[in-house]
Amino acid sequence: MTIPREALAPTPGQTIGPFFHDALPYAGDSLLVPPGSAGAVRLHGTVYDGSGAPVPDALVEIRQADPAGRPPRREGSLRRDGRFTGWGRAATDASGRYAFTTVVPGGVGGGAAFFAVVVFARGLLDRLFTRAYLPGESDTFLASLPAADAATLRVVRDEEGDLRFDLHLQGDRETVFLRYPRHDGPRSGQ
Amino acid sequence: MPTTATSIVPPPAPDPPEAPDTQERITAEIAEAQAAAATGAQPRIDFAPYRSSALRHPTKDLRHADPEGIELVAPVFGHSDIDPVEADLTVQRGGDPIGERMLLTGRVLDGDGRPVRHQLVEIWQANAGGRYLHKRDQHPAPVDPHFTGVGRCLTDGAGVYRFTTIKPGPYPWRNHLNAWRPAHIHFSLFGTEFTQRLITQMYFPGDPLFALDPIYQSITDQAVRDRLVATYDHDLTTHEWATGYRWDIVLTGAHATPLERDEQ
Repeated sequence: MTIPREALAPTPGQTIGPFFHDALPYAGDSLLVPPGSAGAVRLHGTVYDGSGAPVPDALVEIRQADPAGRPPRREGSLRRDGRFTGWGRAATDASGRYAFTTVVPGGVGGGAAFFAVVVFARGLLDRLFTRAYLPGESDTFLASLPAADAATLRVVRDEEGDLRFDLHLQGDRETVFLRYPRHDGPRSGQ
Repeated sequence: MPTTATSIVPPPAPDPPEAPDTQERITAEIAEAQAAAATGAQPRIDFAPYRSSALRHPTKDLRHADPEGIELVAPVFGHSDIDPVEADLTVQRGGDPIGERMLLTGRVLDGDGRPVRHQLVEIWQANAGGRYLHKRDQHPAPVDPHFTGVGRCLTDGAGVYRFTTIKPGPYPWRNHLNAWRPAHIHFSLFGTEFTQRLITQMYFPGDPLFALDPIYQSITDQAVRDRLVATYDHDLTTHEWATGYRWDIVLTGAHATPLERDEQ
């Protein structure tokens, strides 16, 4: 039996600030699989601000399924020890670049295959969610967007064979960021 | 007759250097921005008094998306990920850090009041003098060799987290002239779904810097700002050892149905 509960007002977010590097990054944070292992692929990109300048103090996290489309529900992201957990974290470097080594996710439950992405940065007062769709994937959400907007959510396979996904926090090529139902709390009528 | 001093023409005056913003100006901008803003459950991401936000927020509306697939599943953390000692920031560096020892605890709940069990909580903070260990922190306050300011723990079966730490000090930053952040502890949280990811800051009750701080004030509703302020709890304070603070965290609502959750 489900006991109905009163919806609670959420705790608001705040910026990650400039001083997270000693706390959140850790050895192996961006290596969801060991580099060079079977099926390993590099997912990388640059985080840009509204002037087109790279953002050297951003943090990107990804959540993904395994190649068969199964969402991993196992612990071990902080001490991977060979376990694939489908989650990783990468701080941007001085040039605003981030990179993960991972496997290509499958679509979950027959849906389009994408990496779920969240980005934090100094100067960014709350986290931003987005999706990085694999080349050739689409769904009703992506198809509902104007072409230029949809393009901001598409992973590109670069000349090295790596997957590239740039994030533009603002500007002409501003990435489409997402608001999920219930993000505004119980009074939003969601 | 002296020779005409035509050669001594002063060079054109350079443009005066741009005066740094004063606290008065920032405070006035905060009031203006808050008066113009609709109240909301989250900070304004386009909050001009926080100068670094200018080029770092999207100008288009966030796009509504129904979470699906991988977005409905949070990463899982467990006892193989962390060491229990990581929850005590006062024992990490072979000596007692300077400052007010404090216990900090609370519950992590989802938007329906369900405890978020066995999930990762990460914190980071300045030391008692308001200095981070971080190499980019230039504040000329002492580094404490016995304090990293970094901690992790897992919530227990009731969604409760517990840390032992040192009360952080306020510190100056460069948003404007004589800008100071209220004392705070950064928190990083996960729920049961990816969509509930949260990074925020916890503050201390009655901080005189609240009204002056454009980051805290980027939340335009006082009742919402209050959700970031811990409560002093004398029942948590321990005799001749440490003061106690309590702070509960509510994540946004989950979307998966109870059946889907059971299947996890």
